[in-house]
Amino acid sequence: MAKITIDNVVKTYAGGNTAVHGVTLDIQDGEFIVLVGPSGCGKSTLLRMVAGLETISGGEVRIGERRVNDLDPADRDIAMVFQNYALYPHMTVRENLAYGLKNRGTAKAEIEARVAEAARMLEISQYLDRKPRALSGGQRQRVAMGRAIVRKPAAFLFDEPLSNLDAKLRVTMRGEIRKLQKRLGTTSLYVTHDQLEAMTLADRLVVLNGGRIEQIGKPLEIYHRPASTFVASFIGSPAMNLVDARIDNGTLSFGGLTVAVGSAVNGPVTLGLRAEDMQVAPPGQAGMSMQVEYIEELGAQRLVHGMVGDQALTVTLSPAVPLTDVMQLTLPADRLHLFDAQTGTRLHAEPRRVVQPA
Amino acid sequence: MAELTSPPAAAPRMMARMAARLRGKAADPAKRVQFDSRLLPWLFLAPQLAVIAVFFYWPSIQAVQSSFYLEDPFGFGSTFVGMANYADALTSNSYQRVARFTAIFTVLVTFLSLSLGLLLAVKADAVIRGAATYKTLLISVYAIAPPVAGLIGMMFFDMHIGPFVKLAAWFGWDMRVGLNYFDTAFAMIFVSVWKQIPYNFIFFLSGLQAVPVSVREAAFIDCKNGWTRFRTVVMPLLAPTAFFLLIINITYALFDTFGVIDVMVKDKPANNPITLVYKVYDDGFRGNDIGGSSAQSVILMLVVFALTIVQFRFLEKRIHYG
Repeated sequence: MAKITIDNVVKTYAGGNTAVHGVTLDIQDGEFIVLVGPSGCGKSTLLRMVAGLETISGGEVRIGERRVNDLDPADRDIAMVFQNYALYPHMTVRENLAYGLKNRGTAKAEIEARVAEAARMLEISQYLDRKPRALSGGQRQRVAMGRAIVRKPAAFLFDEPLSNLDAKLRVTMRGEIRKLQKRLGTTSLYVTHDQLEAMTLADRLVVLNGGRIEQIGKPLEIYHRPASTFVASFIGSPAMNLVDARIDNGTLSFGGLTVAVGSAVNGPVTLGLRAEDMQVAPPGQAGMSMQVEYIEELGAQRLVHGMVGDQALTVTLSPAVPLTDVMQLTLPADRLHLFDAQTGTRLHAEPRRVVQPA
Repeated sequence: MAELTSPPAAAPRMMARMAARLRGKAADPAKRVQFDSRLLPWLFLAPQLAVIAVFFYWPSIQAVQSSFYLEDPFGFGSTFVGMANYADALTSNSYQRVARFTAIFTVLVTFLSLSLGLLLAVKADAVIRGAATYKTLLISVYAIAPPVAGLIGMMFFDMHIGPFVKLAAWFGWDMRVGLNYFDTAFAMIFVSVWKQIPYNFIFFLSGLQAVPVSVREAAFIDCKNGWTRFRTVVMPLLAPTAFFLLIINITYALFDTFGVIDVMVKDKPANNPITLVYKVYDDGFRGNDIGGSSAQSVILMLVVFALTIVQFRFLEKRIHYG
């Protein structure tokens, strides 16, 4: 158990292609950090640099107080869980679990005790003498986690461990990973491209884009205050609506409605609206007209896709709300997200007043 | 490399199926092809079966048959002599000497070409840049026909112009290939190994590349020592390939080195090492002793058969097919 410090780490490949541009991240002891981002954002590269499977081109990685840049993966006191499990196919489950300990010269009795404990914890005791190919995907994933647990390392590194499982199993395993990590209190670094997985697992979330950190924060912080349009569109499902709007003299106008916002910015801005923040306007109150295009029924709620003027919008509505071809919607004055129209960064202006008809 | 690697990679799997068949288990029931007519598969097999029948079964039967006869060298009939040809071969001094040399030759050629092929494959596998060039250079030797390899080898070991002879002379070794028994044996083994390395290299390389990257990475984290890692993770996963190559290499050393040996000892004094298969040819076609030669080839056939059974029974059990 240890803290991990990633200090201005850079990864440049031989061709001059830079995958990670100076990432700095402090991971507290026992913290569960999730690195999330689209493919090619450098999240796996960053994880593999911590693991020692990729060389570090610049900056420093410390695990505990030790600088590990030049240490072998085996000397870094980390354990990794791979996407395709990476079990040793010629060894039994027991041998798979024991392999890392055996190579470190752990006493036989100690190995047996740890393997038995991990197997019991993961409920794989009855498979100990099987080869990996005789196991299902979920069981293999448990073995892969067992292999990490028996080592009692300073940190767990997870590289998209649930991507190969079916949807149902993924939800179960997600819960188990979280429970296990809480129980063991081992510092964890977890890579995924699945924002839902990221939201549910993380103590803190790190959103990466193009080899740079876009935002670090608690899942709900990031959900409610995305630092950029990239984060806004990546975290949350359905994605946040991002539409073009204008601010003139501190007044935001969109879809025929205006809101007074305390912003010095004048001109075009990007307005972010969460689908669940918009409501159908009560009769008599002015709203923005949305031309309904199609509906996605999710059971507990429905997603209504439509156009406000020439801008696409998605709204989450209760199935109880009657549908019409044109729907009048409110603007949630206290839940507007404003972004710079050019750079996409968040504008730190808080909306102050209620909606008024134009 | 894709075209090159896929057929070798398939070979060990084929062996696995063959092994399963030998053990009487059905292999892969899911992969059965359905034919409309029962004759159709036989029709497809017919050309291959015909070739095997004409060039393998028929001569084999002939060999077994003529091994019991004493043939007149000029074709004027033959006399049944029972096991006399076998007894003559097995008790003859020269046969025993050749058999001993064959055993040593086979062990050395198999061991050296397998280990050097593996070494080169491991090294080439670790190279990322320029890998294709290395591979092509190493593999290209395989395209050389055995007699040509023998000729090239002879040039290397030529008493007057051979660079290896000159090299040996530096160390005070007066190499006389074709005259000195030991020197000829050395050159013979050298050329045979050199010729076979590319074959082993291709298979080992494709075998190595079939080991999943993530498994190797997991091993990297679990085990610091490179040699232990190779021995405990890579080697076991390479075992099906190695087992396949072991059988192929023994067969190579016993039979396919004929061209190399022929070039090296033909037109040379008689005191040169030869292998059993060359003796079969020598006695049969030069000595015109068809019966004796047939008996020897039947013995050779039985030895190889026994060897293969032993390998499948004792080695194959320890192999994990992925």
